[in-house]
Amino acid sequence: MSSAVTAANEHDHDHHGPAKGLKRWLYATNHKDIGTMYLVFSGLMFFTGGFMALIIRSELFTPGLQFVAPNFFNQMTTMHALIMVFGAVMPAFVGLANWMIPMMIGAPDMALPRMNNWSFWILPVAFSMLLATLFMPGGAPAGGWTMYPPLVLQTGDAFPFLIFSVHLMGLSSIMGAINVIVTIINMRTPDMTLLKMPMFVWTWLITAYLLIAVMPVLAGAVTMLLTDQFFGTSFFLAAGGGDPVMFQHIFWFFGHPEVYIMILPAFGVVSEIIPTFARKPLFGHDSMVYAASSIAFLSFIVWAHHMFTVGMPLTGQLFFMFATMLIAVPTGVKVFNWTATMWKGAMTFETPMLFSLAFLFLFTIGGFSGLMLAVVSSDIQYHDSYFVVAHFHYVLVPGSIFAIMAAVYYWLPKWTGHMYNEKLGQVHFWLSTIFVNVTFFPMHFLGLAGMPRRIPDYSTQFTDFNSIASIGAIGFGLSQLLFVYVVIQCVRKQGAKASSEVWEHPKGLEWTVPSPAPYHTFNDPPKVAAEVAFS
Amino acid sequence: MSQTADHYYVPHESHWPIVGSIGLLLLMVGFSSWLNGSAPGFWIMMSGVAVVVFMLFGWFSNVISESVGGLYNGQVDMSFRMGMFWFIFSEVMFFSAFFGALYYARNMSVPWLGGSSNNFFTNLLLWSGFENVWPTNGPGNVGGEFIKMGPFGLPLVNTALLLSSSVTVTIAHHALIENRRGLLKFFLAATFILGFIFVFLQAEEYVEAYQHMNLKLTTGIYGSTFFMLTGFHGMHVTIGAIMLLIVWLRVMKGHFTPNSHFAFEATAWYWHFVDVVWLGLYVFVYWL
Repeated sequence: MSSAVTAANEHDHDHHGPAKGLKRWLYATNHKDIGTMYLVFSGLMFFTGGFMALIIRSELFTPGLQFVAPNFFNQMTTMHALIMVFGAVMPAFVGLANWMIPMMIGAPDMALPRMNNWSFWILPVAFSMLLATLFMPGGAPAGGWTMYPPLVLQTGDAFPFLIFSVHLMGLSSIMGAINVIVTIINMRTPDMTLLKMPMFVWTWLITAYLLIAVMPVLAGAVTMLLTDQFFGTSFFLAAGGGDPVMFQHIFWFFGHPEVYIMILPAFGVVSEIIPTFARKPLFGHDSMVYAASSIAFLSFIVWAHHMFTVGMPLTGQLFFMFATMLIAVPTGVKVFNWTATMWKGAMTFETPMLFSLAFLFLFTIGGFSGLMLAVVSSDIQYHDSYFVVAHFHYVLVPGSIFAIMAAVYYWLPKWTGHMYNEKLGQVHFWLSTIFVNVTFFPMHFLGLAGMPRRIPDYSTQFTDFNSIASIGAIGFGLSQLLFVYVVIQCVRKQGAKASSEVWEHPKGLEWTVPSPAPYHTFNDPPKVAAEVAFS
Repeated sequence: MSQTADHYYVPHESHWPIVGSIGLLLLMVGFSSWLNGSAPGFWIMMSGVAVVVFMLFGWFSNVISESVGGLYNGQVDMSFRMGMFWFIFSEVMFFSAFFGALYYARNMSVPWLGGSSNNFFTNLLLWSGFENVWPTNGPGNVGGEFIKMGPFGLPLVNTALLLSSSVTVTIAHHALIENRRGLLKFFLAATFILGFIFVFLQAEEYVEAYQHMNLKLTTGIYGSTFFMLTGFHGMHVTIGAIMLLIVWLRVMKGHFTPNSHFAFEATAWYWHFVDVVWLGLYVFVYWL
């Protein structure tokens, strides 16, 4: 055994604080440091993508072309989606997973800490490549985030950069997901059996499985785009025996599980928060696990409901319609369980709870509009209209993003050791909730009235609702600056000291360690005492 | 729940991931610029490849020296095993995208172009006279007339090679467990030699296809699926054979014991995985 290894060995057992300076972040193996980087990166991307959304909404404030050329408008819709999906929502949940999963299962760190570092540091590479396309000849990709051929093949110099940045995002997600699964299965404290795991851990376990199953399929799909463009293959060329619709099938085989990748961890967050502030254990913990698993299974067999209008056989339409509607059953189980958790609870309404309640109501609205879209005969009317835009923004903004904000407010005192400013947090909540509805609710009416999505100009009868939506968007965007202020204030330790429990007797191992949590949480597997155990 | 150590093991910081990210940046940006017609892009890409190879070498030697130094416990070993398992699962899903494309082309797009289901007028008006046959380069005769790659000859030899290499790697594994190092060295060497012969024959097959059969990547959907599936598989065999070679070099240096040889097992799993993919290829690409 070499002396270098001996030194490293001693170094490991000496549980010191973080390294100094830039090295702490570049060479990080600590799950908390990496989690922080993920969350900060996600925040940066959230504001980048949000800025693009504001360009879109400004252009749509009135009919006619005001600020941007149509092609640039299309670049904005495409980039906004790619950045929000792969840059903001997914990394935010991975950041939360990094911070919380080891603490919740009594592990010292993630199972594969160096790969964890690599998962994160691939993301800045991927997004530098993607954002650089804005300055290339032909501009950024403008064919929509779904990258349908043959339209996407008309992209200029940005094309290979788009493909490879998607490859890199996939690589990062796959490694992150492998890490999460291995951590949960192999690093739990022996006391914690599978069904004793907190819901956030459970939903992330299922999410990670979905990620490993579908990100490689996306990689395959975009590889086919690349070879069709540069190497003369005919995957999506009818003259060669291929089919452009084939891309849509492969893409949505990834794309539909992807939407559950973005919502299952949100379910987990809400399942942690509602019991704490209702002061009752989660109603139906085990049924929540089964419901999340059923959702994950069903997510693999519903993809073609994104493409009801491509001309698929009637039997295909019917199968995908019924399979899609089936998802309402496990999702309903979850919504009823959250409601039952609050039944006769001693409720208080701190910011995380407010965001979780808004999630419950507004996500359900998005779920219902999803059911409407699942009906083939009516989807033919809604397809590619603003109704679809309203639907997926309801599940993603007051769905995923509200859950992320709830999680940040809920665990921030554990991370920093200080309380955030409750009054400002609640102001942020009310501004966000009001403006999110002002922004997205009118889009339902626009879509039902026939306004298509992804256009920079529209007929004058759509003006009023568009103006309202634009005002809401600007209000929502500005409200998020308050969020940043509250978080920075808390990180700079300007609030009251937080106790290790932070809230009133919340369940879970993360509340048994001091706030802020020590740099290395558990050196030895902890016991799970009855008062913190789930089910 | 696996073996639980008394204490958790957490590795120290590492600079290899960030080196890997820089390598990927150079590789991807270089490749993109090269595809866009910029000649220096090629060299940027190659420098990226070099950095990634350097990173893999450095990262693995780090891990190997820590492992040989006895730092790891049973829990770490289990983490590695699970990590490898899920990595292989992700590879399976990558291949299934291409097998899915093959399935779609053979059972949907080509029959539809030939007028099946409700596509009578598509066929009549757009691709009149095109019939549903496989293999095909499509109604546009993309890439010109070609000859089908049959299942006998080289592909059959290659099947035999890969299947026997699976046997040899298993013999090597048993030899390792029984601590018969001579047997281990011989059969492990046999395994990667069979692997490299496979890659060589596959290259021969490609030369034959390009020069004498006019079967190219550009030969419509048949050429696309044939070369992308066999090409990605060949790439994986090459990587697997290199992994086996490195494991063999480590065996020669005296690494691995009868009860601690994760790298050997991971490589063997990977090898069986490329073997199974080949069986799928042989049946669906060459034979049926």
